[in-house]
Amino acid sequence: MSQPIIQMKSIEKHFGAVIALAGVSVDIYPGECHCLLGDNGAGKSTFIKTMSGVHKPTKGEILFEGQPMNFAVPRDAMNAGIATVHQHLAMIPLMSVSRNFFMGNEPVKKIAGIPFFDHEYANEVTMAEMRKMGINLRGPDQAVGTLSGGERQTVAIARAVHFGAKVLILDEPTSALGVRQTSNVLATIDKVRKQGIAVVFITHNVRHALAVGDRFTVLNRGSTYGTATRGDVTPEELQDLMAGGQELATLEGSLGGTV
Amino acid sequence: MSTSTPSAAGDERIKERSRLRNALVRPELGGICGTVLVFTFFLLTAADSGMFSPTGFLNWGTVSAQFAIIAVGACLLMIAGEFDLSVGSMIGFAGMSIAILGVTFGLPIWLAIVITFVLCTLIGGLSGYIVVKTGLPSFIVTLAFLFILRGFTIFLPQLIERKTIIGGISDAAEGDWLAPLFGGKVLNGLFVWLGDAGLIETFSRGSRQGQPVVDGVPMLVIWALLLIIFGHILLTRTRFGNWIFAAGGDAEAARNSGVPVDRVKILMFMFTAFCATVFATCQVMEFGSAGADRGLLKEFEAIIAVVIGGALLTGGYGSVIGAALGALIFGVVQQGLFFAGVESSLFRVFLGVILLMAVILNTYIRRLITGEK
Ligand SMILES: Nc1ncnc2c1ncn2[C@@H]1O[C@H](COP(=O)(O)OP(=O)(O)OP(=O)(O)O)[C@@H](O)[C@H]1O
Ligand SMILES: [Mg+2]
Repeated sequence: MSQPIIQMKSIEKHFGAVIALAGVSVDIYPGECHCLLGDNGAGKSTFIKTMSGVHKPTKGEILFEGQPMNFAVPRDAMNAGIATVHQHLAMIPLMSVSRNFFMGNEPVKKIAGIPFFDHEYANEVTMAEMRKMGINLRGPDQAVGTLSGGERQTVAIARAVHFGAKVLILDEPTSALGVRQTSNVLATIDKVRKQGIAVVFITHNVRHALAVGDRFTVLNRGSTYGTATRGDVTPEELQDLMAGGQELATLEGSLGGTV
Repeated sequence: MSTSTPSAAGDERIKERSRLRNALVRPELGGICGTVLVFTFFLLTAADSGMFSPTGFLNWGTVSAQFAIIAVGACLLMIAGEFDLSVGSMIGFAGMSIAILGVTFGLPIWLAIVITFVLCTLIGGLSGYIVVKTGLPSFIVTLAFLFILRGFTIFLPQLIERKTIIGGISDAAEGDWLAPLFGGKVLNGLFVWLGDAGLIETFSRGSRQGQPVVDGVPMLVIWALLLIIFGHILLTRTRFGNWIFAAGGDAEAARNSGVPVDRVKILMFMFTAFCATVFATCQVMEFGSAGADRGLLKEFEAIIAVVIGGALLTGGYGSVIGAALGALIFGVVQQGLFFAGVESSLFRVFLGVILLMAVILNTYIRRLITGEK
């Protein structure tokens, strides 16, 4: 394989007394879909936040395209081509869809040398990107607060896909989506991966992970069980790893294998 | 089978909305209705009192402009998610600073004005910095500055001059190049022409015989208009405007999306202080003196104008045009009751009623627009 685009080396993150990450190492390659799996509170969101410049790791090193990277603010990561859909979406309900879509990345048009927000362009792109994801908006000026949970999630994903030039990080992007929108998202992941973009995909759904994942890293209580390549693990093994234990096996029996 | 995906143009779940409705459902609606209501009221009750003569116009126009200058700053700051309760004290402080520097220390007035602007904007920046770095509510931090600044405004002139009012600014400002930018009047020629053409009244006797009763538009009004236009364009037409909305809507989400939230908030505190200083400078130039009690309660008047204008107290939503209408309502009601010969204490009653009605209407509109619960 080629050079990894992001190398995370023994990343540790402490929040006061809480050790959220206790030394996690993962390499992300261009053109792969890297699934991050793990139980609630395992540290997945914290891990990707160190990647997208939201948190500074307490210890450890991050290399971006071979160079040590020091993203002080999310903006730096964004400028480097890393776009993130956070679990809590980072959308502002009071603002319109297109204002949200371009938040922090506003397109400008110079009139008499003064840069103005190019609303026309922003509205057009927003509508087009949303249509691609299978959502029809009333208009680009509709407030995000009037959208359903899944529609909001779709806006966040469309935004990240639009801006993720090199790396696309998705933190549980399908948790609120309907069947059609979910398959849209999975298809989009597949599409951008083929364009050579690295995708980091967090999910609690083994089937979604298996549908698009090339490699799987399982986190458990702040450390990693290691990374498995597609074909090396069975869905059952993966599910056991994700749950971090055996009790699931008994549960699964009583639920008729629906988990 | 024809399970066509609905096109954006014709989604059957989206009701056609009339143009009128779209035009009405906007943050300024409360302010617009209030303005119409107030003007109708005074046209009916005070039309023959001279309220709508050129001098009358100038009278309430100037008062409204005063409110508007501080409302623009308060509006942008409120949309960015913060309050500034020190606006009134800042007005007193800035005026006193100009007087002490220009009169007591004898600096040229332009230098006194420039130093005061720099000083006050930095103080605004400092309160913003404290709010952003400590995470304390701006309500508390600026309340502290309300007392600190007012305290200095009373203490310093007593220490230096043994009085609480410093006069003599008009003399000191004589021939200054910067002072007329705040205390002067423009368009004098236009009014003379209007007077000669018989379109507005002229003095019929006295030393100013033949001159128009209104001899120009005060710079205060020009400042208000410039600040309103600047604020409106900044908010709605620039990327910084988007950051203001984002910072007030949800600071955490904005940060995660790469918006420099802290910088935006600090700059808005500085802008609010700048507006307060403009107000103070105009006032000092008009009165020719600075007093320790100037600007009292102005912070609330600014906030009320902003809220009448449709802004959300918790940030992330609002309109500069709305705030300007709020200021207009304020000015017209305050001066209009005087023209109508109504007891001035009723000003408060009337204002309270308007405030309540505008805010109820605004809340309803905002829910329609934003889907807020
Ligand atoms: N800002 C914070 N301050 C303190 N503790 C935190 C903070 N953020 C995360 N934690 C803690 O770190 C641990 C890992 O949290 P994280 O959000 O990364 O889990 P997760 O794997 O994303 O879980 P989920 O699947 O529920 O989203 C949790 O125990 C959490 O309480
Ligand atoms: Mg998470």
